[in-house]
Amino acid sequence: MINLQPYENPMYFGYLLIGLLPIIIGMLYEKRFRWYETLFSFCFLVLIFDGPKLGQGIALIGYTIFEVLLTWGYVRYRTRPKGANKTSIFVLAVILSIAPLVVVKFTPLFDPQHPSIFGFLGISYLTFKVVGMIMETRDGMIKEFNILKFLQFLLFFPTISSGPIDRYRRFIKDYDRVPTKEKYLELLEKGVHYVMIGFLYKFILGYFFGTLLLPNIEKIALINGHSNVLGLSWSLVGVMYAYSMYLFFDFAGYSLFAVGISYIMGIQTPINFNKPFASWNIKEFWNRWHMTLSFWFRDYIYMRFVFFMIKHKVLKSRIAIANLGYVVLFLIMGIWHGETWYYIVYGLFHATVMILTDAWLRFKKKHPDLLPSNRFTKVMSVVLTFHVVCFSFLIFSGFLDKLWFGFR
Amino acid sequence: MDNVRETVLEILSDLTGSDEIKANPDINLFETGLLDSMGTVQLLLELQAQLDVDAPVSEFDRTEWATPNKVVAKVESMQ
Repeated sequence: MINLQPYENPMYFGYLLIGLLPIIIGMLYEKRFRWYETLFSFCFLVLIFDGPKLGQGIALIGYTIFEVLLTWGYVRYRTRPKGANKTSIFVLAVILSIAPLVVVKFTPLFDPQHPSIFGFLGISYLTFKVVGMIMETRDGMIKEFNILKFLQFLLFFPTISSGPIDRYRRFIKDYDRVPTKEKYLELLEKGVHYVMIGFLYKFILGYFFGTLLLPNIEKIALINGHSNVLGLSWSLVGVMYAYSMYLFFDFAGYSLFAVGISYIMGIQTPINFNKPFASWNIKEFWNRWHMTLSFWFRDYIYMRFVFFMIKHKVLKSRIAIANLGYVVLFLIMGIWHGETWYYIVYGLFHATVMILTDAWLRFKKKHPDLLPSNRFTKVMSVVLTFHVVCFSFLIFSGFLDKLWFGFR
Repeated sequence: MDNVRETVLEILSDLTGSDEIKANPDINLFETGLLDSMGTVQLLLELQAQLDVDAPVSEFDRTEWATPNKVVAKVESMQ
């Protein structure tokens, strides 16, 4: 049996191209072959989750049934004629929807040798989608449950392994519509373009930084690190840059594949990266880096947290609420990456930088003549932001763990 | 209708602390950094309190609420 990792090898792209051809031809005649799209998606899900990955495939099926029942139940509850909307039921629905992910994420703490049997590639991203749906159902924005559309959305295979995280209402708008021929040609051109840039990013630049460069600099940094307590050396700075470049090109490349293939299928999956290293402060960075994840955290955690805190007057100071919101958001993001000290420190580091940035922006507003706004200050702020971000990625990489505690 | 417009512009001016809102109602609130997530939540709560417009967080799409003029249009459509 053939088993393929999404977007990892040329074969996967070969099969994709063959599978996509009927869709492309249909779309050029302004037709969507729904049954073929479903069959095509199903075949790819089988290719990803068969053979050695069969255990994951079974976990995926169980997970899907669970989330279907939960979402169906909650939508039904919310659309009852009497307009039921208890907070306790909502909280229960959210807890249940993330329960499988929490179990999978925390299993390694208790049993580091074996990953949870409930786990499968992409469980986080599916969970994000479901939680988003439950929140929007709570807000009355989603009013019906259609199991076929729900499955199409949840299991949309181009984005199944690592996003981008789409939103139900946005996805269904595209799915229900058949673009005109002119519009589709535009989508097709963009899609192909994204896939090509993806090749450049992931298989050339990502490979160069991650496979050719990084391991060598890491070796040197480990040797040079022996000369002092903290393991500091210039090669450690090299590790920081090489890892940051690798992380960006590898993940942005992957995201471009997912977005490009979606476009070719007539679905405008949102982009994930928008020149993040050109950000002039950290707030701007989070509007440009892994955007669908940071927007998810912004809309479903941060804004709701802040809304709750202000509305129920839990804290008086708006500044304190905003700052606490940052800590909550980035701490959850850190823990979600994994329960290691460096992911948690990475989260807290970003929360701290966000808080300091807000303080700085308030200070600057009060003293408008303090710094001129010109080309030089703008370039300086981009350079500074870039280095703060790269430093956070050095924490994130886990290399410091190897450098400091590797001998254990 | 003019009343709604005035109230919305007043709320936005208060929140951003900027005269730009009234001078240039087509200015992009998010790209200029005038409004962030915290400001957005405060805006939604003020709209609820002062104009009785119930806009949940899910309703908030930054592109649809990008400028003072767009916010006014959105609020008028929801009343």
